[in-house]
Amino acid sequence: MSTLLEVSGVTVSFDGFRAINNLSFQIGEAELRAVIGPNGAGKTTFMDIVTGKTRPDSGHVLYGERSASLIGMSEAKIAQAGIGRKFQKPTVFEDQTVQANLLMALRKPRGPLAVLLYRPSPADLARVAELADEIGLGDQLERPSGELSHGQKQWLEIGMLLAQDPRLLLVDEPAAGMTPAEREKTTAILVEAARTRAVVVVEHDMEFVRRLNCKVTVLHEGAVLAEGSLDHVTRNQDVIDVYLGR
Amino acid sequence: MHRSFIARHPSVLVFLALLALFTLAVTVLSEGFGVGVISTSFVKTLGKTLCLCLVAVAMDLIWGYAGILSLGHFAFFGLGGYMIGMWLMFERTRHIVEGALADAALPPTPEEIEAAIGNQVFGVVGSSDLPLIWSFADSLAIQLALVVLVPGLLALVFGWLAFRARVTGVYLSILTQAMTLGLALYLFQNASGLRGNNGLSGLQNLPGVTAPQSEVSLWFFWASALALALGYLLSAWLVSGKFGSVIRGIRDNEARVRFLGYSVEHYKLAIFTLTACIAGIAGALYYPQAGIINPAEIAPIASIYLAVWVAIGGRGRLYGAVIGTAFVSLLSSWFTGGQAPDLTVAGYRVAWVDWWLVLLGLSFVAVTLYAPRGIAGGLERLAGRRKDTAS
Repeated sequence: MSTLLEVSGVTVSFDGFRAINNLSFQIGEAELRAVIGPNGAGKTTFMDIVTGKTRPDSGHVLYGERSASLIGMSEAKIAQAGIGRKFQKPTVFEDQTVQANLLMALRKPRGPLAVLLYRPSPADLARVAELADEIGLGDQLERPSGELSHGQKQWLEIGMLLAQDPRLLLVDEPAAGMTPAEREKTTAILVEAARTRAVVVVEHDMEFVRRLNCKVTVLHEGAVLAEGSLDHVTRNQDVIDVYLGR
Repeated sequence: MHRSFIARHPSVLVFLALLALFTLAVTVLSEGFGVGVISTSFVKTLGKTLCLCLVAVAMDLIWGYAGILSLGHFAFFGLGGYMIGMWLMFERTRHIVEGALADAALPPTPEEIEAAIGNQVFGVVGSSDLPLIWSFADSLAIQLALVVLVPGLLALVFGWLAFRARVTGVYLSILTQAMTLGLALYLFQNASGLRGNNGLSGLQNLPGVTAPQSEVSLWFFWASALALALGYLLSAWLVSGKFGSVIRGIRDNEARVRFLGYSVEHYKLAIFTLTACIAGIAGALYYPQAGIINPAEIAPIASIYLAVWVAIGGRGRLYGAVIGTAFVSLLSSWFTGGQAPDLTVAGYRVAWVDWWLVLLGLSFVAVTLYAPRGIAGGLERLAGRRKDTAS
């Protein structure tokens, strides 16, 4: 399996505090990966670096088969290159319908003029309906997304990421605040998505990570502490000391 | 999906129909072409109000839809007025000068005419030379193009610098205030080439037109109504599709739009520049009806009023901007025009000319606190309630 994203030797400090400390991380073309770690371990900063929100002080972030550097690219350009990001809090456009949200995310030219003249084709609408079915919102297309439940908003945001047809999906705590039934569905959506693309899930909830049944990376103080199967990392003494033991 | 734009947005048709009806009614009641119930000066007031409604629609696009609280759009409005004012003043002065020199023994040379125009226009600021920026003042076509190009270019440069640096929120508002203040202070100087604090005057007189003001006022009234109709149609079309989705997305969550792969800065720049051009057109129609433009018109407070009108009308609804502006600006001219009877409260005489601003300020606070969706939001609630009781 070839590498899709390679982060090597990345360091970033905020006012002297090293949020990320010589971090190295790799993920393959079609892989599901969970990233866990205590608060302040650098999980969100890691996502900020990959998506172009934060610029690292040193190190490399290489992406794709041509190993293009992502450092210095704008957030929009990185997103267009195929990296999608889901925020911790569900962020959908609440005063717009589910359909409008998905249409906005659909992989289409992003320039102002192209968007101004865009009219959804039957194929686009069919794709939106198909996505809505996948995330369990097939009968909610005309509803303003502000009226959806917390869990449904989370799914809609995941659906918007899928509509972008990304090669790499970064998902921040997707199961937070969900009921057990909703968690199960979220797991299924993510596992399905990871069959054709790389998915990185940042999560606190160990039970949720277990259900994802994938390789786990443990972050601590901005660096990788351990990596492997969940059983492997939970037996690691360092991991027990800094995270699980508490 | 293939239904026409109007069919999908019946409220646009309703607005255009009401505007047409209003235009017809004013024409029939006017002195110029009707029964003479409405005075010429009131026709001008109504025409000016339509221009203010147009700039308010632009303000609603940039603030209500894209979420950028620009407090500098009156600068673009004023620039549009100056650009058309230059042609009006130059050409009218040329007609007067040529008339005066016609009786001379020798026919005047073009240089003599130009010198005489320069003397007439700039004598008031102690100069007699036409500045370089008046090079095209004799060409209506070029000055009309400048009505759009000058505000558009200023907005493009200003917006590019501000948005690229990711200046947002209240910082951007302050920056736009600084822009309009800077421009006003510059224009106040005699050396600005636009007659300093005298501004441009006599703009109500169209060069070479002998028709009375009662008729000219209606021409401008019709042009203002047409411009408002077209501006409203364009704005409604702009916000109806995916472009509208994206700019409302930028208003509600800029970061999300960015991570969806949209260059937020390009969208902001596009909408900022477009609304500046609309403001320029509105200004070019307004000032010939006002008769005079001077730098005080683009003082920072003018752009703040614009935001107040849109807020009272209800932002994020194009007709809300129109209602708010028409309502507040007409009320304002009633109160400040000395027509409102003064009140005597506990021995204190409330003179509305002074107290109107206090009333306006209080209404703005009240709207912000108790009716954040403004008059339009209130109307929608009423309509919704009636529908509920009817069913």
